[in-house]
This record gives sequence, C-alpha cells and structure tokens, in this order.
Amino acid sequence: MSQYVIRRLLLAVPVIFGILIVTFAIARLIPGDPCRSALGEHATEAACSAFAERFGLDKSIAVQLGIYMRDILLRRDFGESIRFSIPVSELLIQRLPVTLELGTIAMIIAILVGVPAGVISAVKRNSTADVATMIGANIGVSMPVYWLGLMLAYVFAVLLKDTAFWLPPSGRLTAGLLPVPFYEVLGWDLSRNSTAYLISDFISNFVIFNSIITGQWQVLKDALVHLILPAVALSTIPMAIIARITRSSMLDVLGREYVRAARAKGVVEYKVVLKHAFRNALLPVITVIGLQTGTLFAGAVLTESIFGFSGVGRALFDAITGRDYPIIQAFTVVIAMGYVFINVLVDISYAFIDPRIKLS
Amino acid sequence: MSAQTEVIRSDTASQVLRSRSLGALTLRRLIRQRNAIIGMSILLFLVFVAFFAPWLAPYGPYNDLIGEEPVVAREKPCIHLLGCSQDKPQHIMGIDGNFRDQFSRVIYGTRISLFIGFTTIGIAVVVGAFIGAISGYLGGWADNIIMRFMDVILAFPSFLLAIAIITVLGRGLQNALYAIAVVNVPVFARLVRASVLSIKEQEFVAASRALGASSLRLLFVRIFPNALPTLIVQATLSIASAILEAAALSFLGLGAQPPAAEWGTMLGTERNQVFTAPHLVFFPGIAIMITVLAFNLLGDGLRDALDPRLVQAAKTK
Repeated sequence: MSQYVIRRLLLAVPVIFGILIVTFAIARLIPGDPCRSALGEHATEAACSAFAERFGLDKSIAVQLGIYMRDILLRRDFGESIRFSIPVSELLIQRLPVTLELGTIAMIIAILVGVPAGVISAVKRNSTADVATMIGANIGVSMPVYWLGLMLAYVFAVLLKDTAFWLPPSGRLTAGLLPVPFYEVLGWDLSRNSTAYLISDFISNFVIFNSIITGQWQVLKDALVHLILPAVALSTIPMAIIARITRSSMLDVLGREYVRAARAKGVVEYKVVLKHAFRNALLPVITVIGLQTGTLFAGAVLTESIFGFSGVGRALFDAITGRDYPIIQAFTVVIAMGYVFINVLVDISYAFIDPRIKLS
Repeated sequence: MSAQTEVIRSDTASQVLRSRSLGALTLRRLIRQRNAIIGMSILLFLVFVAFFAPWLAPYGPYNDLIGEEPVVAREKPCIHLLGCSQDKPQHIMGIDGNFRDQFSRVIYGTRISLFIGFTTIGIAVVVGAFIGAISGYLGGWADNIIMRFMDVILAFPSFLLAIAIITVLGRGLQNALYAIAVVNVPVFARLVRASVLSIKEQEFVAASRALGASSLRLLFVRIFPNALPTLIVQATLSIASAILEAAALSFLGLGAQPPAAEWGTMLGTERNQVFTAPHLVFFPGIAIMITVLAFNLLGDGLRDALDPRLVQAAKTK
C-alpha cells in the first residue's frame, strides 16, 4: 500500500516541475519590458538595471528558472503584486480560503444531487425520472456558468424581492458584518509576521468554519445565505457530469454476473443496488469528481467575478483586467498544483476502494 | 436463446453480404440514436441560420437604429404576436445598450460560434494527430519526451491555461482561438498515439510493410483510418467545450472584442445591466446553450453509434 502511494507521489514530481517550467516560460514570453511595465514608461536606465539586478533578470535564463523554482518550492515566495504592492502569498492567504469554501460547498451540492440522481436513473432505466435526469444533465453541461449565475441573481434578487426566497446577489457577507477571527476570540496573542499568525489568519478566513468554532451564528447564517447562489451556479456542470457518469457506471455494473448472482440468492433489491453494485460503480465516479474539482477552481474565475466574491478567481479576473502578471502567474501555478494534488489523492483513494489496484 | 443468436447471426451475415462501409453502418446506427437525431437537427438548423444570416436578420449586426426609428437603449422585447403595439417596430429580443437590434446580433453570433468551434478543434485535431502519430510511431525517448510534455499541458485546468496563453499573446478573437486550440491538442495527441500503438503491431500493418509500403503511407492509409471513429467522437464533444470556453473568454473580455456580435462578448458587455435589462443577458446565453447542447448530443450519439461494444451491450440487455 505505502509503496503504491509513494510511487504515485513520485510520479507527480516531474509534472510539478513541468508546471513551473511552463508558467516560467509564459511569464518570460509576455511581450514588453518587465522593468517598464513595473516601474512605468519613464523609468531611467539606472533604475531599470537596479530592477533587473533585484529580480535576477540580468542572469541567464537557466539561472532565472532556478531562482524561480527555489522561490516557489522552498520559500513559498510568489513575487509581488504590481497593483497592490503586497506579496502574492499574502493575497493567497486572504483569498484562497474564500475559493476553497465556495468550491467545497459547490462540490458537496454536486455530489449530493448528482450521485443519487445517477443511481436512480440507472436503476429505473428509461423511466420518466431517468429521461428527466438525462435531459437535465445534458442541459447542465451545455450551460455557460456565468450566464446561469447572472440569471439566478436576477431571479432571486429581483423577481423574488420582498418574498421569503430573496437571496443576496453579491458579496460574501452583508456589508458591516465583521466576523471575529477565532484566534482573537481565544485571546491568542500572535505577532503579525509569525508563521502561527499566517496559519491562523488563513484558517480564520474560512468564514463558515471560523463562525462555527467560535459560535458566531449570525455570521454563519449570513455567510451561508450569501453562498447559496454562487455555489449552486458553480455546481451545475460537475453535478451534470457526475450524474451522467454514475448512471453509465451503474448500468455497466448492474449487468454483471455477480449482481445477477446476488439477486439469484435472494438479496433484497436495495442491498443489491447499494452494496453490490454501487460500491463497484464508484471508481469512475470518483475519478470524475477529482477531475471536476480541478475545473471547479477554473470555473470560480467566472462565478466569483459575477457574485462579487473576493476569492482567488476574482483576484485572477482583476489581475487579468489590470495586467497584474505576477498574480496571474502565481495563481496559475497554485491552481495547477492543486489540480495535480487532487489527482494524486484520487489515485490513492482508488487503492482504498478497489483492492485489485494495489496488486497491479 | 438459440433462435435469438440465429437472428443476430443472419443479421450480421446479411450485413457482410451487402458489404456496407463503416460510414454507411455508422449512419444507420446514428439514425437509431434519438440524441444524435436531435443534436444533428439543431446543428443543421444552426448552420442554416449562420449561412442565411443576412436574410434572416431584420437589421445588420452593427447597425445602430438611431435616426431610423424611435429607439430607447436596452428597450424590452417587442413582439407583435404577443400583444406589443403594432405601431412600434418589432424587436423580438429587444434593443441593446448601443441601440442595435439584439435579435439580429444573436443571429449573426451563430456564424462566429460555429467558426470558433470548427477552427479551434480543426487545428487541435490536425496538430494533435500529427504529434500523436509521430510520437507513437517513433516510440522510445522521443515518444517519452513528447508525451510528458502533453501531460504537463493536461495538468492545467484547460480554461486557466487558455487565460495564461492569452496573457502572452494578447487579447482578441484570433488569439483566443489559438489558446483554445493549444489546450485541446494533448487530448488528440494521446488518442492518436494510443491507436497507433495498438495497430502498429497488427498483422495487416506488418503485411503492408512487407509489401514495401513507406512509413508515411502506412501511417496515413493503414493506421490513421482506424483511429478515425474515436477521433470524430472526441472532436465533436471538444467542439462543444471549445465554444463554451471561447464564449467564457469573450465574456471576460479576453476573446472577441466589442462591437463583435459574439454571444460571450454580448453577455459580457451587458452583464452589469442584468437587473434592469435581463433580456440582453438571457438570449445570448440561451443561444450558447443550444449550440453547445447540439454538439454534446451529437457527440454522445456518435459515440454510441461508433462503439461496437456499446451496440453489443444494448443487444444483450
């Protein structure tokens, strides 16, 4: 088992280096002089050479690549935002929890709806429920997320205004509502630059988690209400894909001999479906859930910018409009690495679900 | 059971006797697929709309109507059949923020979206198939290097990589096309490489080689046609996602630039008006959805029709 896990982890190493090389190449290929784009059109030669020296731009490409990799892998230094003049890592600490929270809730919705829908579809093949699910799934994968987001915002914030179904169309919390970080509630005295502070700050930015452990129920309710629309919009595509793959995987398994054998020996139908078929049908479903989690973060760029959610996606969107290259580069690296990490997790989870994989 | 086997046997026998080509067989199976029929019909309709856009659209896509008729920016749709006053000029989808007829722009948008879908995936298929064929055919370290590079491209969420590529190339429809083509290349490279590897060692290829066929001839005449069915299915499904991604890029302001009558751009420019003029967001979105749906349905249908295993499974059930 541990051998399998180690082998799978080692396989991810060249991919991570590949990601760093590609993002490095992209950053170097951006047209224009990096000095003039950072210091302005009228930067003097002396200022530019100082700039080049400071960022290692006067060294050879290979050395620059080495510095770039060292900074990210060993120092977790992603450079500095041109527009905000703060380290990108600081921005990540503020923004990443927002996106992770949104993505997790969206994924939970997608799984909770998609998997049962797929199972029911497969068990009651060609029934009305099956046809409806499949039509819904087909429309779901074909829908632009941002369009759905805008339409949901219009329906729930404008059409349903003054009803009990009204939902806020933007923001993460109602303006003025400030959650107290858990470390302040607990009375921890952390100095601002310590690692403990950075970690605590990162954790406290998960508003839902923070408000649960500190018992700030008002904040929790407000955060959840604000999360509904963006999470639903973000969950449609993965939900549709999960429902489809669950259905086809279940259909495949339900036709197998051992399912017939289970039925023949008189196992109750719901047990046949859930214990004998479902567990074996799970593998492709988990693969797809893993893959979709990665694309979910890319989808967050669109959803967050529509719902005024200040997460990684929104920051990336702002960086695109403001041509803030270090942010684009850093966030691309972080999201791509997250994607690789999730894929590794998925592969490792196979071994737990399907004992046959360990052996091969 | 035996009677059933008999029927199937005689069925296959008659098929062999009439010696149907793969294309004819596929077409026959395709017609039996409900999804494929719906997808194909929508697609034909869209091609018709794109082709006859100048005749179908009541106005030009870039015509502002100031001076021609009394128009108000972002006016709601006026449809005579639904009770809109006959004295007012008819605008089925309303007027956009620049006094243009939204319906005409949506119609012209069909052209751009279909163009994007076919060109991006066209480029991706040609480049990907070439890379995959070379890689699979050469084998060894060359294959290893090429495919590891493809793995790295696949390690990025495709939409994100497209954004990163556009930051290098600059905004605009053409660069968005290249970006989407690039992120789609690895899928086709992998596909073609896999079929090359599986077919390379088969006897009919060895026989061809023994008869003196050149490597290129082997690749294009013997190996490539065998990879074609999977390639077509994947390409159709990829067109769907390419159209969706291109529209999203335009929505973010990275793809087609205003005043282009591109659905994503139209959505993007009017997104802040969604609370006052939802029709300007609603219709382009529906148009994107229908187009993407058509390719998705057709792709699914094609996969079912081209994959003999699925046909077999359907028969046994």
